[in-house]
Amino acid sequence: MLLIRCPYCEEERPELEFRHAGEAHIARPENIADISDEEFAQYFFYRDNPKGMAFERWRHMHGCGRFFNAVRHTVTDKFVMTYKAGEPKPVLEEPQEGQSAP
Amino acid sequence: MRKFSGFALAREAMRGHKGWGRQWASPEPRSDYDVIIIGAGGHGLATAYYLAKEHGVTNVAVLEKGWLGGGNTGRNTTIIRSNYLYDESAGLYDHAVKLWENLSQDINYNVMYSPRGVMMLAHNVHDVQVFKRHIHANRLNGVDNEWLTPEEAKEYCPPLNISQTARYPVMGAALQRRGGTARHDAVAWGYARAASDRGVHVIQNCEVTGVRRGADGAVTGVETSRGFIGAKKVGVVAAGNTSVIMEMAGVRMPLESFPLQALVSEPVKPCFPCVVMSNTVHAYISQSDKGELVIGAGTDQYTSYSQTGGLHIIQHTLDAICEMFPVFTRMRMLRSWGGIVDVTPDRSPIISRTPVPGLFVNCGWGTGGFKATPGSGHVFAHTIAQNAPHAINAGYTMERFTTGRLIDEAAAAAVAH
Repeated sequence: MLLIRCPYCEEERPELEFRHAGEAHIARPENIADISDEEFAQYFFYRDNPKGMAFERWRHMHGCGRFFNAVRHTVTDKFVMTYKAGEPKPVLEEPQEGQSAP
Repeated sequence: MRKFSGFALAREAMRGHKGWGRQWASPEPRSDYDVIIIGAGGHGLATAYYLAKEHGVTNVAVLEKGWLGGGNTGRNTTIIRSNYLYDESAGLYDHAVKLWENLSQDINYNVMYSPRGVMMLAHNVHDVQVFKRHIHANRLNGVDNEWLTPEEAKEYCPPLNISQTARYPVMGAALQRRGGTARHDAVAWGYARAASDRGVHVIQNCEVTGVRRGADGAVTGVETSRGFIGAKKVGVVAAGNTSVIMEMAGVRMPLESFPLQALVSEPVKPCFPCVVMSNTVHAYISQSDKGELVIGAGTDQYTSYSQTGGLHIIQHTLDAICEMFPVFTRMRMLRSWGGIVDVTPDRSPIISRTPVPGLFVNCGWGTGGFKATPGSGHVFAHTIAQNAPHAINAGYTMERFTTGRLIDEAAAAAVAH
C-alpha cells in the first residue's frame, strides 16, 4: 500500500484514504463547442500513460476531501512530491549520467 | 516438428523420453521480415500462427523482451467465457470460444481447455436485473447463458455458501456452460511451437527500443537490443507496455496501464468444479488441475508498470472468497503476483490499423484478455495480412474514440474495474 502525503493535511496517510483521479494538468478546452472531434478525443480519451515520471491527480477522499497533484515514478511507484491543485506543473531535473532514476 | 500422438508417447516411453527435442527454434534474427510482431504473449504468438496458417505469411518474427509468455499470459487466472453484453463483444469473444474448442487439435498441443462452466453470482437486485439482461442479450446472439436459482447454483458448485444471513447473500447466478479454463503456459508454448513449425521466428530476449519510420511516415522496421530489424509491417501486441511502444512511433494511445493481481493457494485435492465470479464482492476463483485455487483480484487504482500491487487488494478479495466459500477459510495462500493491464476508456480492446502506415495495434484487453487469445490472434492476423479488419473486429478501431462509436463494456463487464 502506498503512503501518500496530502499537501493540505500536511501529513503522510495510507493509500486507503485516497482515490486516484487520473492524469494531471489536463485542461478542459475553453472553446469546447468549437474544437474538432479529434481534439476532443485527445482531451477526453487519450493519455500519456508514461513509463517513468507521471503527473497525476489524487483526492484525499477519507480526509480533507480535496484534490491535489502528485509526481510518481510508475516503475518504482515511489512518490517524488505532491503539491496543491492549481500550482504549476513542476519541472523535474533529468537524472544525471551514471545516476539511477528514483 | 514431431507430432504429438498416443503413438509418439508410447514410442518415447520405450526410449526413456529422450527423443522429444526442442519444441520451437531459437533462430538468429534476419535483417528484415515481412511482418514483425512485438510481444510473444498468447495474442502475439497466435497472431503469428494465424498469419502463417491462414494467410501464408511466414516471413514473420515475434520479438519478446523477456521470455515467451512471461507477461500477462503467464499471470492471469485463465478464465474463458463469452457472455458479454454487446453484439460486437459477443462476436469477438464467442469467435474465440469456438476456436478454443478445437485449439488443441489445431495446434497439436494440449492446451487443457476445460469447459467446466463459468458462474457469475448476483448478490443484489441490480445484479439480478443486469445478469438477466445479459442472458437475454447473449441468447439473441447465440451465446449460451442461463439463469440459476441460489439452490441450483449450490448444486452446480457445492462449496458455495447460499445462506441468506451472509453479508451479501447469493440471489441467483448466470451460468455459461461453455465457459471454463485453459492452461495459460500451454497456450503460449503451443502457439510458439505451431508458429515455429510454419517458419515463424520466435526471438526472445530481444527488446524493442525504437520504431523506425521512412520519409513517407510508414514503418521500415524496429530498433532492438539486438540491432535494427527491418519490416514491411509491424504489429504491436505489448499489453501493458503498448503506450510505450506506440510512443516510439509517435502515436499517443487512449490507454492507461494498471497492476492487476492474482494469487494461488497451496494445492489440494479436487474440490471446486467450476469457475465462480462475483462482481459485487469482487472475486473470482477456480481450481487448477494441479490443485491450487486460482484467485483473481481487482486492479490497483493507480497507473503503474511495476508488476506488483498493494496487499490490501488481495486481502479484500480473500475476504470475499471466505464469505462465499467458508470451506476455504483455513486454506493457505502460496504466492501472489501482478501483471500490467492496458485499459481503454470503454473497456473494449483496440484491434486496428493506426495513423502510421504499416503499423498495427492489438491492445486494450484490460483485465480479461486471456479468454480472447485465439480469436484476437485470428482477426489481428487478418487485419495485418489484408490491411483491413476482419468483419468481427471492424468496430474495434482507434477511431471509435473520435467518432464516439464506443463498445462500452465498462458497465457490462463481469467484475468492476
